[in-house]
Amino acid sequence: MTEALTLALVGLLMALAVWTLVARDTFAAVSGFVPYGLLLTLAWLQLRAVDVAMTEAAIGAGLTGVLLIAAAARLRPTEAPAWAERPGLPTRVLAAIVSAAVAAGIGACVLLLPDPAPTLAPAVAQNIASTGVGNPITAVLMSFRAMDTLLEAVVLLLGLIGVWSLAPDRAWGGRPGPAPTEDPNSILGYLARVLPPIGIVVGVYILWVGADLPGGKFQGATVLAAMWLLVMMAGISDAPAVDRTWVRLALAGGPAVFIAIGLLGAGVAGAFLGYPEGLAKPLIVVVEAALLPSLAVTLALLLTGPPRRKDGDT
Amino acid sequence: MKGILDIFTIVAVAAGAFFFLAGTVGLLRFPDTFTRLHALTKADNLGLGLVVIGLLPQMDGVMAGLKLILVWLMVLLASATVSQLIARAVRRGGPEP
Repeated sequence: MTEALTLALVGLLMALAVWTLVARDTFAAVSGFVPYGLLLTLAWLQLRAVDVAMTEAAIGAGLTGVLLIAAAARLRPTEAPAWAERPGLPTRVLAAIVSAAVAAGIGACVLLLPDPAPTLAPAVAQNIASTGVGNPITAVLMSFRAMDTLLEAVVLLLGLIGVWSLAPDRAWGGRPGPAPTEDPNSILGYLARVLPPIGIVVGVYILWVGADLPGGKFQGATVLAAMWLLVMMAGISDAPAVDRTWVRLALAGGPAVFIAIGLLGAGVAGAFLGYPEGLAKPLIVVVEAALLPSLAVTLALLLTGPPRRKDGDT
Repeated sequence: MKGILDIFTIVAVAAGAFFFLAGTVGLLRFPDTFTRLHALTKADNLGLGLVVIGLLPQMDGVMAGLKLILVWLMVLLASATVSQLIARAVRRGGPEP
């Protein structure tokens, strides 16, 4: 029975992947990509990788899906001309050959993995007590490989700077996205009033529970960002101007706290991002709590796009 | 007692699955956006509701059951809002219904 379900899941995943590739309409391709991400979440759950499943649902399907839908909406007017400029047959055949070669290479790598695959899981299990957290994923992300997590947070910030740099000169420092036109008393406004209190509790809970159970700041921050985006889309509050001091502080605060604690580790524990004996758990909680609002603001502003208007523009 | 609860679960989940099937058939067969939305909300509201009610006796603990009900309520809220928004977008001259 379980095998039949797994096979059905794999079949659906492959079908959706093919659909996403061959769909002519960009929007149709994107609407294949989002359920693909959600089904991938089920696949990760099947593999008992709950942390990965949550990240896939929040970031892979949710956030990336919204980004792609926005991109597809923006590309709509250029869709037909783009098809007219389709590359010739030789180019397409060459692209197909190269893509197939890459896929075959990746497939070969997966099939050639030694069995059992090399793993660091026993090393993590042996040393997890020193971090004070119960969830091995959090121990890896926040202690053993804290550098990767720090760089991820910084990369998101750099991505946002990249998005902002697309702003036209006259809009620089202004508000992102189009001016809100939605009637705040519409059905969307209703949802934007009912859902955020629940979403905020869920987001903070996901962060808090991440110490011992699947969860963490990235998943929690995505939920918080979604709530804020909902409020902005419903026209209840406008997007903030990107030159506001509180916006800049919120964006830089999390990574700054992370780096400061890393430097503290360099002085006290003898290594950058090393935690002093016995203080690992509280410091991890401080870093996670500081990163949560920063990541939420970063993700939300990534989705609202570059600044497009200044107050007083018509 | 256990046997009766199991039968209740099987009946309720099967009924829920039927509504999902009917909703999917409607989504594929109905002629325009509005009727398709009508079919879809049956799957969300009734189908998921029956599945949740059917699974309640199988949960260990009241909290787990409450979480299931919360999931159903959230889906109700989301699907009702989204179908309103889709219908409104179509009525205001979006893509052909």
